[in-house]
Amino acid sequence: MSEVPENLKYAKSHEWVLIDGDTATVGITEHAQDLLGDLVFIELPDVGTTLEAGTECAVVESVKAASDVFCPMSGEVTEVNEDLVDAPETVNSSPYDGGWLFKMTISNAAEANDLFDPETYSGLAADDH
Amino acid sequence: MSNQTPLYDKHVVMGAKMVDFGGWDMPLRYGSQIEEHHQVRQDAGMFDVSHMSVVDFTGSRVREMFRKVFANNVDRLKTPGKALYTCMLNEEGGVIDDLIIYYMTEDWFRIVFNASTHDKDLAWVNKYAPDFDVAIIEPPKMAMIAVQGPNARARACEVFDEPLRSAAEALAPFTAVKVEDTFVSRTGYTGEDGFEIILPGSKVNDLWRALYGVGVKPIGLGARDSLRLEAGMNLYGTDMDETISPLEAGLTWTVAWDPEGRDFVGRSALEKSRAKGVENKFVGLILQDKGVLRGHQKVIVNGHETGEITSGGFSPTLEKSIAFARVPVSAGEECKVEIRGKQLDAQIVKLPFVRNGKAVK
Repeated sequence: MSEVPENLKYAKSHEWVLIDGDTATVGITEHAQDLLGDLVFIELPDVGTTLEAGTECAVVESVKAASDVFCPMSGEVTEVNEDLVDAPETVNSSPYDGGWLFKMTISNAAEANDLFDPETYSGLAADDH
Repeated sequence: MSNQTPLYDKHVVMGAKMVDFGGWDMPLRYGSQIEEHHQVRQDAGMFDVSHMSVVDFTGSRVREMFRKVFANNVDRLKTPGKALYTCMLNEEGGVIDDLIIYYMTEDWFRIVFNASTHDKDLAWVNKYAPDFDVAIIEPPKMAMIAVQGPNARARACEVFDEPLRSAAEALAPFTAVKVEDTFVSRTGYTGEDGFEIILPGSKVNDLWRALYGVGVKPIGLGARDSLRLEAGMNLYGTDMDETISPLEAGLTWTVAWDPEGRDFVGRSALEKSRAKGVENKFVGLILQDKGVLRGHQKVIVNGHETGEITSGGFSPTLEKSIAFARVPVSAGEECKVEIRGKQLDAQIVKLPFVRNGKAVK
Protein backbone atom coordinates (compact mmCIF):
# COMPACT_ATOMS: atom_id res chain seq x y z
CA MET A 1 0.00 0.00 0.00
CA SER A 2 1.46 3.33 -0.98
CA GLU A 3 2.03 6.19 1.40
CA VAL A 4 -0.64 8.93 1.62
CA PRO A 5 0.37 11.64 4.13
CA GLU A 6 -2.36 13.01 6.39
CA ASN A 7 -1.49 16.69 6.00
CA LEU A 8 -2.06 16.89 2.23
CA LYS A 9 -5.02 17.21 -0.14
CA TYR A 10 -5.23 15.09 -3.29
CA ALA A 11 -6.53 15.33 -6.85
CA LYS A 12 -8.11 12.44 -8.75
CA SER A 13 -5.28 12.70 -11.30
CA HIS A 14 -2.76 11.80 -8.52
CA GLU A 15 -1.32 15.19 -7.57
CA TRP A 16 -0.91 16.28 -3.95
CA VAL A 17 -1.05 19.80 -2.60
CA LEU A 18 0.21 21.19 0.69
CA ILE A 19 -1.74 24.33 1.60
CA ASP A 20 -0.11 26.85 3.92
CA GLY A 21 -2.12 30.09 4.11
CA ASP A 22 -2.29 31.45 0.55
CA THR A 23 0.61 29.39 -0.75
CA ALA A 24 0.49 25.83 -2.00
CA THR A 25 3.17 23.27 -2.84
CA VAL A 26 2.33 20.74 -5.58
CA GLY A 27 3.72 17.31 -6.36
CA ILE A 28 2.67 13.85 -7.57
CA THR A 29 1.76 11.02 -5.23
CA GLU A 30 3.70 7.92 -4.28
CA HIS A 31 1.09 5.91 -6.17
CA ALA A 32 1.55 8.06 -9.30
CA GLN A 33 5.33 7.64 -9.34
CA ASP A 34 4.88 3.90 -8.87
CA LEU A 35 2.55 3.69 -11.87
CA LEU A 36 4.90 5.79 -14.01
CA GLY A 37 8.14 3.97 -13.18
CA ASP A 38 11.61 5.54 -13.25
CA LEU A 39 11.32 9.24 -14.09
CA VAL A 40 13.92 10.58 -16.50
CA PHE A 41 12.71 14.09 -17.35
CA ILE A 42 10.45 16.70 -15.80
CA GLU A 43 9.16 19.83 -17.51
CA LEU A 44 8.11 22.45 -14.97
CA PRO A 45 6.03 25.60 -15.48
CA ASP A 46 7.77 28.99 -15.63
CA VAL A 47 7.74 31.12 -12.50
CA GLY A 48 5.05 33.77 -12.91
CA THR A 49 2.73 31.55 -14.94
CA THR A 50 -0.94 31.79 -13.99
CA LEU A 51 -2.50 28.36 -13.77
CA GLU A 52 -6.12 27.30 -13.60
CA ALA A 53 -7.25 24.34 -11.53
CA GLY A 54 -7.57 21.16 -13.61
CA THR A 55 -5.32 22.31 -16.46
CA GLU A 56 -1.94 20.90 -17.53
CA CYS A 57 0.88 22.49 -15.59
CA ALA A 58 3.88 20.15 -15.95
CA VAL A 59 5.02 17.01 -17.76
CA VAL A 60 6.68 14.05 -16.09
CA GLU A 61 8.42 11.59 -18.38
CA SER A 62 9.25 8.11 -17.22
CA VAL A 63 11.17 5.42 -19.09
CA LYS A 64 7.75 4.34 -20.33
CA ALA A 65 5.84 7.48 -21.33
CA ALA A 66 5.20 11.20 -20.94
CA SER A 67 2.34 12.13 -18.60
CA ASP A 68 0.69 15.46 -17.92
CA VAL A 69 0.47 16.84 -14.43
CA PHE A 70 -2.74 18.77 -13.75
CA CYS A 71 -2.79 21.76 -11.47
CA PRO A 72 -4.90 20.97 -8.38
CA MET A 73 -5.64 24.66 -7.68
CA SER A 74 -5.67 28.01 -9.46
CA GLY A 75 -2.96 30.59 -8.87
CA GLU A 76 0.44 31.92 -9.86
CA VAL A 77 3.66 29.90 -9.87
CA THR A 78 6.18 31.42 -7.43
CA GLU A 79 8.96 28.82 -7.34
CA VAL A 80 9.89 25.60 -9.15
CA ASN A 81 12.04 22.72 -7.89
CA GLU A 82 15.19 23.29 -9.98
CA ASP A 83 16.86 20.21 -8.44
CA LEU A 84 14.58 18.01 -10.53
CA VAL A 85 16.17 19.22 -13.78
CA ASP A 86 19.24 17.09 -13.12
CA ALA A 87 17.69 14.61 -10.70
CA PRO A 88 14.15 13.73 -11.84
CA GLU A 89 14.47 10.42 -9.97
CA THR A 90 14.01 12.37 -6.72
CA VAL A 91 10.27 12.24 -7.49
CA ASN A 92 10.49 8.42 -7.36
CA SER A 93 12.50 8.28 -4.16
CA SER A 94 10.86 11.18 -2.32
CA PRO A 95 7.55 12.14 -3.92
CA TYR A 96 6.26 14.13 -0.91
CA ASP A 97 9.47 15.82 0.15
CA GLY A 98 12.48 16.38 -2.13
CA GLY A 99 10.32 15.60 -5.16
CA TRP A 100 7.91 18.57 -4.92
CA LEU A 101 7.33 20.17 -8.33
CA PHE A 102 6.39 23.83 -7.75
CA LYS A 103 4.93 26.36 -5.32
CA MET A 104 2.15 28.78 -6.07
CA THR A 105 0.11 31.61 -4.60
CA ILE A 106 -3.45 30.34 -4.65
CA SER A 107 -6.20 32.61 -5.92
CA ASN A 108 -9.22 30.66 -4.68
CA ALA A 109 -8.80 28.85 -1.36
CA ALA A 110 -12.30 27.35 -1.70
CA GLU A 111 -11.00 25.05 -4.46
CA ALA A 112 -9.43 22.98 -1.69
CA ASN A 113 -12.93 21.70 -0.94
CA ASP A 114 -13.01 20.01 -4.36
CA LEU A 115 -9.90 17.98 -3.52
CA PHE A 116 -9.84 14.60 -1.77
CA ASP A 117 -8.85 14.03 1.81
CA PRO A 118 -6.17 11.36 2.43
CA GLU A 119 -8.65 8.64 3.28
CA THR A 120 -10.72 9.10 0.12
CA TYR A 121 -7.61 9.27 -2.03
CA SER A 122 -6.21 6.08 -0.46
CA GLY A 123 -9.36 4.23 -1.48
CA LEU A 124 -9.11 5.61 -4.99
CA ALA A 125 -5.46 4.64 -5.36
CA ALA A 126 -6.13 1.13 -4.02
CA ASP A 127 -8.79 0.51 -6.70
CA ASP A 128 -6.57 1.72 -9.50
CA HIS A 129 -3.78 -0.37 -10.95
CA MET B 1 -8.73 -12.99 -23.06
CA SER B 2 -5.00 -12.51 -23.02
CA ASN B 3 -2.53 -15.34 -23.54
CA GLN B 4 -0.34 -16.25 -20.60
CA THR B 5 3.05 -17.93 -20.67
CA PRO B 6 3.85 -20.87 -18.33
CA LEU B 7 5.81 -18.36 -16.19
CA TYR B 8 2.83 -16.06 -15.61
CA ASP B 9 2.37 -17.00 -11.94
CA LYS B 10 6.09 -16.44 -11.29
CA HIS B 11 5.86 -12.90 -12.68
CA VAL B 12 2.86 -12.09 -10.50
CA VAL B 13 4.50 -13.53 -7.37
CA MET B 14 7.65 -11.52 -8.12
CA GLY B 15 5.57 -8.34 -8.17
CA ALA B 16 5.77 -7.61 -11.89
CA LYS B 17 3.66 -4.90 -13.47
CA MET B 18 1.95 -6.82 -16.26
CA VAL B 19 1.08 -5.32 -19.65
CA ASP B 20 -0.50 -6.54 -22.85
CA PHE B 21 2.08 -7.19 -25.56
CA GLY B 22 0.80 -8.55 -28.85
CA GLY B 23 -2.09 -10.31 -27.11
CA TRP B 24 0.10 -11.68 -24.30
CA ASP B 25 0.06 -10.70 -20.65
CA MET B 26 3.76 -9.98 -20.09
CA PRO B 27 5.92 -8.45 -17.32
CA LEU B 28 6.79 -4.80 -18.01
CA ARG B 29 9.10 -4.50 -14.99
CA TYR B 30 9.53 -6.12 -11.60
CA GLY B 31 10.97 -3.05 -9.86
CA SER B 32 13.04 -0.25 -11.35
CA GLN B 33 13.35 -0.59 -15.12
CA ILE B 34 16.64 1.31 -15.11
CA GLU B 35 18.12 -1.08 -12.53
CA GLU B 36 16.97 -4.03 -14.64
CA HIS B 37 18.68 -2.46 -17.66
CA HIS B 38 21.99 -2.08 -15.79
CA GLN B 39 21.66 -5.62 -14.42
CA VAL B 40 21.81 -6.96 -17.98
CA ARG B 41 24.61 -4.61 -19.11
CA GLN B 42 26.75 -5.35 -16.05
CA ASP B 43 25.89 -8.88 -14.91
CA ALA B 44 23.08 -11.18 -16.04
CA GLY B 45 19.31 -10.99 -16.42
CA MET B 46 16.58 -13.29 -17.71
CA PHE B 47 13.54 -12.54 -19.84
CA ASP B 48 10.44 -14.63 -20.33
CA VAL B 49 10.09 -14.60 -24.11
CA SER B 50 7.73 -17.56 -24.31
CA HIS B 51 5.30 -15.41 -26.30
CA MET B 52 7.55 -15.67 -29.35
CA SER B 53 6.62 -18.18 -32.05
CA VAL B 54 8.82 -21.24 -32.42
CA VAL B 55 8.15 -23.00 -35.72
CA ASP B 56 9.87 -26.03 -37.23
CA PHE B 57 10.19 -26.60 -40.98
CA THR B 58 10.91 -30.13 -42.12
CA GLY B 59 11.41 -31.86 -45.45
CA SER B 60 14.15 -32.28 -48.00
CA ARG B 61 13.38 -28.99 -49.77
CA VAL B 62 13.22 -26.50 -46.85
CA ARG B 63 16.34 -24.71 -48.05
CA GLU B 64 14.84 -24.33 -51.49
CA MET B 65 11.66 -22.84 -49.99
CA PHE B 66 13.67 -20.42 -47.83
CA ARG B 67 15.65 -19.18 -50.85
CA LYS B 68 12.30 -18.04 -52.20
CA VAL B 69 10.64 -16.72 -49.04
CA PHE B 70 13.42 -14.80 -47.25
CA ALA B 71 15.40 -11.70 -48.26
CA ASN B 72 18.59 -12.94 -46.64
CA ASN B 73 20.14 -15.96 -48.31
CA VAL B 74 19.70 -19.25 -46.47
CA ASP B 75 22.76 -20.52 -48.33
CA ARG B 76 24.83 -18.42 -45.94
CA LEU B 77 23.98 -21.22 -43.49
CA LYS B 78 26.61 -23.83 -44.24
CA THR B 79 27.24 -25.44 -40.87
CA PRO B 80 24.49 -27.16 -38.86
CA GLY B 81 23.59 -25.07 -35.81
CA LYS B 82 24.26 -21.75 -37.53
CA ALA B 83 21.69 -18.94 -37.28
CA LEU B 84 20.69 -16.21 -39.74
CA TYR B 85 18.69 -13.00 -39.20
CA THR B 86 16.39 -12.10 -42.07
CA CYS B 87 13.28 -10.24 -43.12
CA MET B 88 10.28 -11.93 -44.71
CA LEU B 89 8.96 -9.55 -47.38
CA ASN B 90 5.73 -9.17 -49.30
CA GLU B 91 5.74 -8.67 -53.09
CA GLU B 92 5.92 -4.87 -52.59
CA GLY B 93 9.12 -5.25 -50.57
CA GLY B 94 7.44 -4.40 -47.25
CA VAL B 95 8.44 -6.33 -44.14
CA ILE B 96 5.96 -9.00 -42.97
CA ASP B 97 8.25 -9.92 -40.09
CA ASP B 98 11.88 -10.15 -39.04
CA LEU B 99 13.08 -13.47 -37.67
CA ILE B 100 15.93 -15.84 -36.99
CA ILE B 101 16.44 -19.05 -38.96
CA TYR B 102 18.37 -21.88 -37.29
CA TYR B 103 19.83 -24.50 -39.61
CA MET B 104 19.80 -27.73 -37.62
CA THR B 105 19.93 -30.45 -40.29
CA GLU B 106 19.31 -30.37 -44.02
CA ASP B 107 15.72 -31.45 -43.45
CA TRP B 108 15.05 -29.49 -40.23
CA PHE B 109 15.23 -25.72 -39.86
CA ARG B 110 13.78 -23.85 -36.88
CA ILE B 111 12.47 -20.28 -37.03
CA VAL B 112 11.62 -17.92 -34.20
CA PHE B 113 9.09 -15.32 -35.32
CA ASN B 114 7.68 -12.36 -33.41
CA ALA B 115 4.64 -12.90 -31.17
CA SER B 116 2.26 -10.27 -32.51
CA THR B 117 2.75 -11.38 -36.13
CA HIS B 118 2.14 -15.08 -35.46
CA ASP B 119 -1.04 -15.58 -37.49
CA LYS B 120 -0.02 -13.69 -40.61
CA ASP B 121 3.48 -15.27 -40.54
CA LEU B 122 2.05 -18.77 -40.41
CA ALA B 123 -0.46 -17.98 -43.15
CA TRP B 124 2.33 -16.61 -45.34
CA VAL B 125 4.74 -19.55 -44.99
CA ASN B 126 1.90 -22.05 -45.35
CA LYS B 127 1.13 -20.51 -48.73
CA TYR B 128 4.59 -21.50 -50.01
CA ALA B 129 5.14 -24.79 -48.16
CA PRO B 130 3.08 -27.12 -50.40
CA ASP B 131 5.15 -26.19 -53.48
CA PHE B 132 8.23 -27.49 -51.71
CA ASP B 133 6.65 -30.39 -49.79
CA VAL B 134 7.65 -28.70 -46.56
CA ALA B 135 5.87 -29.57 -43.31
CA ILE B 136 5.37 -26.70 -40.86
CA ILE B 137 5.05 -27.73 -37.24
CA GLU B 138 4.60 -25.59 -34.16
CA PRO B 139 5.90 -27.61 -31.24
CA PRO B 140 3.09 -27.32 -28.67
CA LYS B 141 3.42 -25.75 -25.22
CA MET B 142 6.96 -24.49 -25.60
CA ALA B 143 8.55 -21.83 -23.45
CA MET B 144 11.55 -19.60 -24.02
CA ILE B 145 13.91 -17.77 -21.67
CA ALA B 146 16.58 -15.32 -22.82
CA VAL B 147 19.54 -15.08 -20.43
CA GLN B 148 21.60 -12.01 -21.29
CA GLY B 149 24.59 -10.12 -19.95
CA PRO B 150 28.37 -10.47 -19.59
CA ASN B 151 27.92 -13.24 -16.98
CA ALA B 152 24.86 -14.83 -18.55
CA ARG B 153 26.49 -17.81 -20.23
CA ALA B 154 28.55 -18.75 -17.21
CA ARG B 155 25.49 -18.58 -14.93
CA ALA B 156 23.33 -20.58 -17.32
CA CYS B 157 26.02 -23.25 -17.64
CA GLU B 158 26.06 -23.53 -13.84
CA VAL B 159 22.46 -24.72 -13.88
CA PHE B 160 22.62 -26.89 -17.00
CA ASP B 161 23.20 -30.61 -16.52
CA GLU B 162 25.56 -32.58 -18.73
CA PRO B 163 25.59 -33.13 -21.65
CA LEU B 164 23.71 -29.85 -22.23
CA ARG B 165 26.32 -27.87 -20.27
CA SER B 166 29.26 -28.88 -22.47
CA ALA B 167 27.22 -28.37 -25.62
CA ALA B 168 26.13 -24.88 -24.52
CA GLU B 169 29.62 -23.92 -23.37
CA ALA B 170 30.96 -24.83 -26.82
CA LEU B 171 28.49 -22.64 -28.75
CA ALA B 172 30.00 -19.95 -30.97
CA PRO B 173 28.11 -16.66 -31.37
CA PHE B 174 24.94 -17.01 -33.44
CA THR B 175 24.79 -20.79 -33.28
CA ALA B 176 22.40 -23.23 -31.64
CA VAL B 177 22.31 -26.77 -30.34
CA LYS B 178 19.56 -29.10 -29.24
CA VAL B 179 20.20 -31.58 -26.45
CA GLU B 180 17.28 -33.84 -25.62
CA ASP B 181 14.28 -31.50 -25.26
CA THR B 182 16.25 -28.28 -24.74
CA PHE B 183 17.28 -25.97 -27.56
CA VAL B 184 19.97 -23.40 -26.71
CA SER B 185 21.21 -20.63 -29.00
CA ARG B 186 23.87 -18.00 -28.42
CA THR B 187 21.64 -15.18 -29.60
CA GLY B 188 19.71 -12.32 -28.05
CA TYR B 189 18.13 -8.92 -28.32
CA THR B 190 20.20 -6.81 -25.94
CA GLY B 191 23.64 -6.29 -27.49
CA GLU B 192 25.11 -8.51 -24.77
CA ASP B 193 26.37 -12.06 -24.89
CA GLY B 194 23.98 -14.76 -23.70
CA PHE B 195 21.65 -17.59 -24.57
CA GLU B 196 18.08 -18.01 -25.68
CA ILE B 197 16.70 -21.28 -24.36
CA ILE B 198 13.67 -23.03 -25.82
CA LEU B 199 12.25 -25.90 -23.76
CA PRO B 200 8.96 -27.58 -22.88
CA GLY B 201 6.65 -25.31 -20.89
CA SER B 202 6.43 -28.01 -18.21
CA LYS B 203 10.14 -27.54 -17.44
CA VAL B 204 10.51 -23.78 -17.68
CA ASN B 205 9.57 -22.98 -14.07
CA ASP B 206 12.41 -25.18 -12.81
CA LEU B 207 14.89 -23.46 -15.11
CA TRP B 208 13.65 -19.98 -14.08
CA ARG B 209 14.02 -20.91 -10.39
CA ALA B 210 17.48 -22.39 -10.92
CA LEU B 211 18.70 -19.31 -12.81
CA TYR B 212 17.28 -17.07 -10.09
CA GLY B 213 19.15 -19.21 -7.58
CA VAL B 214 22.50 -18.41 -9.20
CA GLY B 215 21.85 -14.67 -9.25
CA VAL B 216 20.21 -14.14 -12.64
CA LYS B 217 17.56 -11.45 -12.07
CA PRO B 218 14.21 -11.28 -13.89
CA ILE B 219 13.98 -8.44 -16.44
CA GLY B 220 10.79 -7.03 -17.95
CA LEU B 221 9.85 -5.92 -21.43
CA GLY B 222 10.56 -2.29 -20.51
CA ALA B 223 14.28 -2.91 -20.09
CA ARG B 224 14.21 -5.27 -23.07
CA ASP B 225 13.14 -2.28 -25.15
CA SER B 226 15.79 0.13 -23.84
CA LEU B 227 18.48 -2.57 -24.22
CA ARG B 228 17.60 -3.33 -27.83
CA LEU B 229 17.36 0.39 -28.58
CA GLU B 230 20.89 0.99 -27.26
CA ALA B 231 22.05 -2.06 -29.22
CA GLY B 232 20.62 -0.66 -32.46
CA MET B 233 18.20 -3.55 -32.96
CA ASN B 234 14.92 -2.98 -34.79
CA LEU B 235 11.51 -3.69 -33.30
CA TYR B 236 8.93 -5.04 -35.71
CA GLY B 237 5.77 -2.94 -35.97
CA THR B 238 7.55 0.19 -34.76
CA ASP B 239 10.71 0.53 -36.84
CA MET B 240 9.38 -1.34 -39.86
CA ASP B 241 6.17 -2.96 -41.05
CA GLU B 242 4.48 -4.12 -44.25
CA THR B 243 4.63 -0.64 -45.76
CA ILE B 244 8.35 -0.11 -45.09
CA SER B 245 11.17 -1.64 -47.11
CA PRO B 246 14.23 -3.03 -45.30
CA LEU B 247 16.23 -0.48 -47.34
CA GLU B 248 14.60 2.32 -45.31
CA ALA B 249 14.72 0.50 -41.98
CA GLY B 250 18.47 0.09 -41.59
CA LEU B 251 18.21 -3.53 -42.72
CA THR B 252 19.89 -3.34 -46.14
CA TRP B 253 22.66 -5.53 -44.70
CA THR B 254 20.14 -8.36 -44.32
CA VAL B 255 19.16 -8.32 -48.00
CA ALA B 256 21.28 -10.77 -50.00
CA TRP B 257 21.42 -9.45 -53.58
CA ASP B 258 23.83 -12.21 -54.64
CA PRO B 259 23.36 -14.45 -56.44
CA GLU B 260 21.46 -12.25 -58.87
CA GLY B 261 19.34 -15.14 -60.03
CA ARG B 262 17.78 -15.80 -56.60
CA ASP B 263 14.23 -14.55 -57.09
CA PHE B 264 13.11 -14.05 -53.49
CA VAL B 265 9.73 -12.55 -52.71
CA GLY B 266 10.01 -8.75 -52.77
CA ARG B 267 13.23 -8.71 -54.79
CA SER B 268 11.88 -6.93 -57.87
CA ALA B 269 10.26 -4.21 -55.72
CA LEU B 270 13.51 -3.67 -53.79
CA GLU B 271 15.53 -3.53 -57.00
CA LYS B 272 13.20 -0.90 -58.41
CA SER B 273 13.50 1.30 -55.37
CA ARG B 274 17.26 0.81 -55.28
CA ALA B 275 17.54 1.83 -58.96
CA LYS B 276 15.35 4.88 -58.37
CA GLY B 277 17.35 5.83 -55.27
CA VAL B 278 16.18 5.21 -51.73
CA GLU B 279 14.74 8.44 -50.27
CA ASN B 280 15.30 7.87 -46.57
CA LYS B 281 17.99 6.51 -44.33
CA PHE B 282 17.64 4.94 -40.91
CA VAL B 283 19.82 6.61 -38.28
CA GLY B 284 20.40 6.97 -34.58
CA LEU B 285 19.65 10.20 -32.73
CA ILE B 286 21.13 11.43 -29.46
CA LEU B 287 19.22 14.30 -27.88
CA GLN B 288 21.57 17.12 -26.85
CA ASP B 289 18.96 19.03 -24.85
CA LYS B 290 17.01 17.67 -21.91
CA GLY B 291 13.86 15.72 -22.78
CA VAL B 292 12.86 12.31 -24.08
CA LEU B 293 12.70 11.23 -27.72
CA ARG B 294 9.64 9.10 -28.48
CA GLY B 295 8.18 7.32 -31.50
CA HIS B 296 6.37 9.53 -34.06
CA GLN B 297 8.06 12.78 -33.07
CA LYS B 298 8.92 14.96 -36.07
CA VAL B 299 12.58 15.31 -37.07
CA ILE B 300 13.70 18.38 -39.02
CA VAL B 301 16.87 18.19 -41.12
CA ASN B 302 18.55 20.83 -43.30
CA GLY B 303 16.15 23.39 -41.85
CA HIS B 304 13.04 22.26 -43.71
CA GLU B 305 13.02 18.57 -44.66
CA THR B 306 11.24 16.23 -42.30
CA GLY B 307 11.67 12.74 -40.97
CA GLU B 308 10.19 10.77 -38.12
CA ILE B 309 11.35 8.98 -35.00
CA THR B 310 10.38 5.31 -35.16
CA SER B 311 11.34 4.40 -31.60
CA GLY B 312 12.93 6.37 -28.83
CA GLY B 313 13.47 6.51 -25.12
CA PHE B 314 15.97 7.07 -22.37
CA SER B 315 19.32 5.31 -22.52
CA PRO B 316 20.42 4.30 -19.01
CA THR B 317 23.95 3.61 -20.29
CA LEU B 318 24.42 6.99 -22.00
CA GLU B 319 22.15 8.82 -19.53
CA LYS B 320 20.69 10.66 -22.49
CA SER B 321 17.67 10.20 -24.67
CA ILE B 322 18.25 8.20 -27.86
CA ALA B 323 16.12 7.17 -30.82
CA PHE B 324 15.95 5.58 -34.24
CA ALA B 325 14.65 7.83 -37.00
CA ARG B 326 13.87 7.65 -40.69
CA VAL B 327 15.23 10.84 -42.26
CA PRO B 328 15.94 12.10 -45.81
CA VAL B 329 19.27 10.72 -47.15
CA SER B 330 20.59 14.30 -47.38
CA ALA B 331 20.62 14.64 -43.56
CA GLY B 332 24.01 15.49 -42.08
CA GLU B 333 25.15 15.20 -38.47
CA GLU B 334 22.60 17.43 -36.79
CA CYS B 335 18.86 17.78 -36.67
CA LYS B 336 16.00 19.19 -34.63
CA VAL B 337 13.27 17.16 -33.00
CA GLU B 338 9.90 18.69 -32.26
CA ILE B 339 8.71 17.87 -28.75
CA ARG B 340 5.52 19.53 -27.48
CA GLY B 341 5.90 22.45 -29.89
CA LYS B 342 9.58 23.09 -29.12
CA GLN B 343 12.49 22.27 -31.43
CA LEU B 344 15.33 20.55 -29.59
CA ASP B 345 18.85 19.78 -30.88
CA ALA B 346 19.84 16.21 -31.64
CA GLN B 347 22.94 14.61 -33.10
CA ILE B 348 22.61 12.10 -35.94
CA VAL B 349 24.80 9.04 -35.38
CA LYS B 350 25.42 5.57 -36.75
CA LEU B 351 23.94 2.62 -34.86
CA PRO B 352 24.46 0.99 -32.42
CA PHE B 353 24.76 3.27 -29.39
CA VAL B 354 26.08 0.55 -27.05
CA ARG B 355 27.81 -2.77 -27.65
CA ASN B 356 28.94 -5.24 -24.97
CA GLY B 357 28.23 -2.86 -22.11
CA LYS B 358 30.17 0.10 -23.53
CA ALA B 359 29.01 3.29 -25.24
CA VAL B 360 30.12 3.21 -28.90
CA LYS B 361 30.09 7.04 -29.28
